[in-house]
Amino acid sequence: MTLPVLLFFIFAGVAVGGALALILAREPIHSALALVLVMVSLAVIYLLLGAAFIAAVQIIVYAGAIMVLFVFVIMLLNAGEEQRTQRSRMARWIGVPLAVFLTADLAWWVARGVKVVPAAAAVSATEAFSTRDFSLYLFRAYLFPFEITSILILIALLGAVVLARRDS
Amino acid sequence: MNGVPISYYLALSGILFGLGVVAFVFKRNIITILMSIELMLNAVNLAFVAFSRALGQFDGLIFVLFVIVVAAAEAVVGLAIVLQVARNRRSLNIEDVDQMKS
Repeated sequence: MTLPVLLFFIFAGVAVGGALALILAREPIHSALALVLVMVSLAVIYLLLGAAFIAAVQIIVYAGAIMVLFVFVIMLLNAGEEQRTQRSRMARWIGVPLAVFLTADLAWWVARGVKVVPAAAAVSATEAFSTRDFSLYLFRAYLFPFEITSILILIALLGAVVLARRDS
Repeated sequence: MNGVPISYYLALSGILFGLGVVAFVFKRNIITILMSIELMLNAVNLAFVAFSRALGQFDGLIFVLFVIVVAAAEAVVGLAIVLQVARNRRSLNIEDVDQMKS
């Protein structure tokens, strides 16, 4: 077993464990920290795939900005332990097996998606993605969507200010 | 590129997406439900990067960049809505937000 395969299994295990911890944790702050764990291990997996820039953006934007926002809101609202509903026993005996089945089925069919990739392309992709080529491609082929994105962010900013204002 | 088959990454992506769906359905706290949406978006990003690697093209990476931007916008607006709901109902339980149920 080579080092990349070993790293993949370690961090895939950490990511799946973090996702399970998100589901099983009772306190929202524990769920948030579990999600940070998932995001950091996904950043390592992006590095294994050769996408260094995406890994950096994952750490900075997702684990850095978005999750800090979540933690702020959890602190601000003083979110305590989640209330549990006791009334449905069906959820345990049907819901949990269905959830396991859904996850396994989804993983099986998504993993088969690799068959749509042409064999020639799969062989040629051997070196890491160059961030320079990536940015040139972004600002040539996708310049207009990139500019539209700034309007989207502006709208989200205004929407958040309007929604979170106290005297609305 | 380094001995790990692309299908492994895709299987991990499917597992994470499934766990995100499960968290979305099972959790009762509004903030945690928003977090499970982020988990699903992350799983899809992993599939994008894996296919980008398999095809040797940049388009998947660019989609990931846009998904991250949209996820940030969605988190900001969603958390603002959560703030308003928490102020009006004094509760973060999703089952207390049932005004549109007839």
